[in-house]
Amino acid sequence: MIHFLKRALADIHSNKFLNLITIITIALSILVVSVFLLFFENAGRVIESWNQGGRAMIYLKKEFNADMLPELKTKINSLGDIDEMVYISKAKALDTLKNSMASQTTFLKNLKENPLPDALEIKIRSYNNFQEVQTLAQNIKAIDIVDDIEYGQSWLGKFLKIFNLFKITGYAMCGFFFLMALFITANTVRLAFYSRMLEVEIMRLVGATETFIKAPFYIEGLIQGFLGGVLGLGALLITYLMVSSGITQSLASYVYFDLRFLSVKMVISIIFSSTFLGWFGCYLSLKQIFK
Amino acid sequence: MIRLFNVSKRFGGKLALKNISLDIEQGEFIFISGPSGAGKSTLLKILYLAENTFEGQVLIDGMNLSRISSSKLPVLRRRFGIVFQDFKLIPTRTVYENIALVLEAAGKKSAFIKKKVMQVLRSTGMEKKAKAFPLTLSGGEQQRVAVARAVVGEPSIILADEPTGSLDSTSARAILDFLIEYHKKGTTILIASHDLHLMKNTIQGKNIELNAGRIIRTDIML
Repeated sequence: MIHFLKRALADIHSNKFLNLITIITIALSILVVSVFLLFFENAGRVIESWNQGGRAMIYLKKEFNADMLPELKTKINSLGDIDEMVYISKAKALDTLKNSMASQTTFLKNLKENPLPDALEIKIRSYNNFQEVQTLAQNIKAIDIVDDIEYGQSWLGKFLKIFNLFKITGYAMCGFFFLMALFITANTVRLAFYSRMLEVEIMRLVGATETFIKAPFYIEGLIQGFLGGVLGLGALLITYLMVSSGITQSLASYVYFDLRFLSVKMVISIIFSSTFLGWFGCYLSLKQIFK
Repeated sequence: MIRLFNVSKRFGGKLALKNISLDIEQGEFIFISGPSGAGKSTLLKILYLAENTFEGQVLIDGMNLSRISSSKLPVLRRRFGIVFQDFKLIPTRTVYENIALVLEAAGKKSAFIKKKVMQVLRSTGMEKKAKAFPLTLSGGEQQRVAVARAVVGEPSIILADEPTGSLDSTSARAILDFLIEYHKKGTTILIASHDLHLMKNTIQGKNIELNAGRIIRTDIML
């Protein structure tokens, strides 16, 4: 193993330029992929925070009366993990409205009939994403006495659709860059192999096995992939450290937002993936050469 | 040890070897002579399967070369120590690394490799050139490195294709003496050369003379 590692390092040293280009290509691909992942992770958290901590307002039909409340509460509780449930009668809602619009109460004073509906404000105990809130809301809306339900901002659903579309584009971009890095890695190995054709021929003639011949190429691919991954993530970390505080400050006026770097698990996954990419590029190339 | 039955080899429409049948026993010293184009190199190449399409049968230590699997090919080749006509030294590796390659390919431990390589370098007088690259050496020195690489794995058969071809008589003599030393230890030696005079009065061996791909004479040299 040490022999193969030494051989691979010596080969990298003798083909410095070619290896450097490959490592930089992998690093750039990893950087692009990581930027997307960093964006998605943080944007996901922003969207969740915009969803007002899983709150929803249930508006009830005119036919509702206070006697129906216990049964309604039981029904709603059976549909999901509800943390809080507060009944807001239409009278109380109107009082609250009057208080909050104290300077413009002339219009409200002249009201002959309370136009506001009875309502229930609920807070969902635990939810992982906006879709869970959406499903629960749809189930609640299906209850006879429920007129409507408003969960989070009404535009959030539309925004999420756009965000998901952007996410798909991001994945496609990641796939494209992955393939590009794979193609370049495979070609580097191919070029390295052809530049060492004489060496490989002599190895075969003196009794070297295919494994003995291939092993340094595989190690070279693994090293390229690993270094590319580390370099790409390093570049992302430096950029993140430079711009993160500025972004957090800019967004602080609109929303509580703590920009975070990729999790350790994600960093390990990215480095593992880039190392695999180096190996896989090598595998594809050698498979074609040795067939 | 080595048996050939009606071996023929064609390159396109041209016959390079025609109906060659041979029996070579362990420890024999075989000299394959003949003019250029007689088929000497082709015959050696068939033995280590650098030429793998031929008619007839070749058996080496019971292994039928026509039926050998690709996984067994390295095992076959490790039985041979080969001195190539064009040396086939790796230009990007040092003399030491070129010789060590044979033992590394055989999976030997690094301490053993170091000891063994230094031993053959001393015996060929090349120990001071261990760190030199092949292209910085003279033709004679490259030839000695090629011979050192052929013997370092202590093969049971040494195949040498024109091992003295590009050398002056003194260097050629030294190479030959070196191979004779290995022959005395029981190694089977096959030398392909057009220079029959060099062999005469040196060692008792069998001379197989080829011409136009056929064996035209087999005699014992004294």
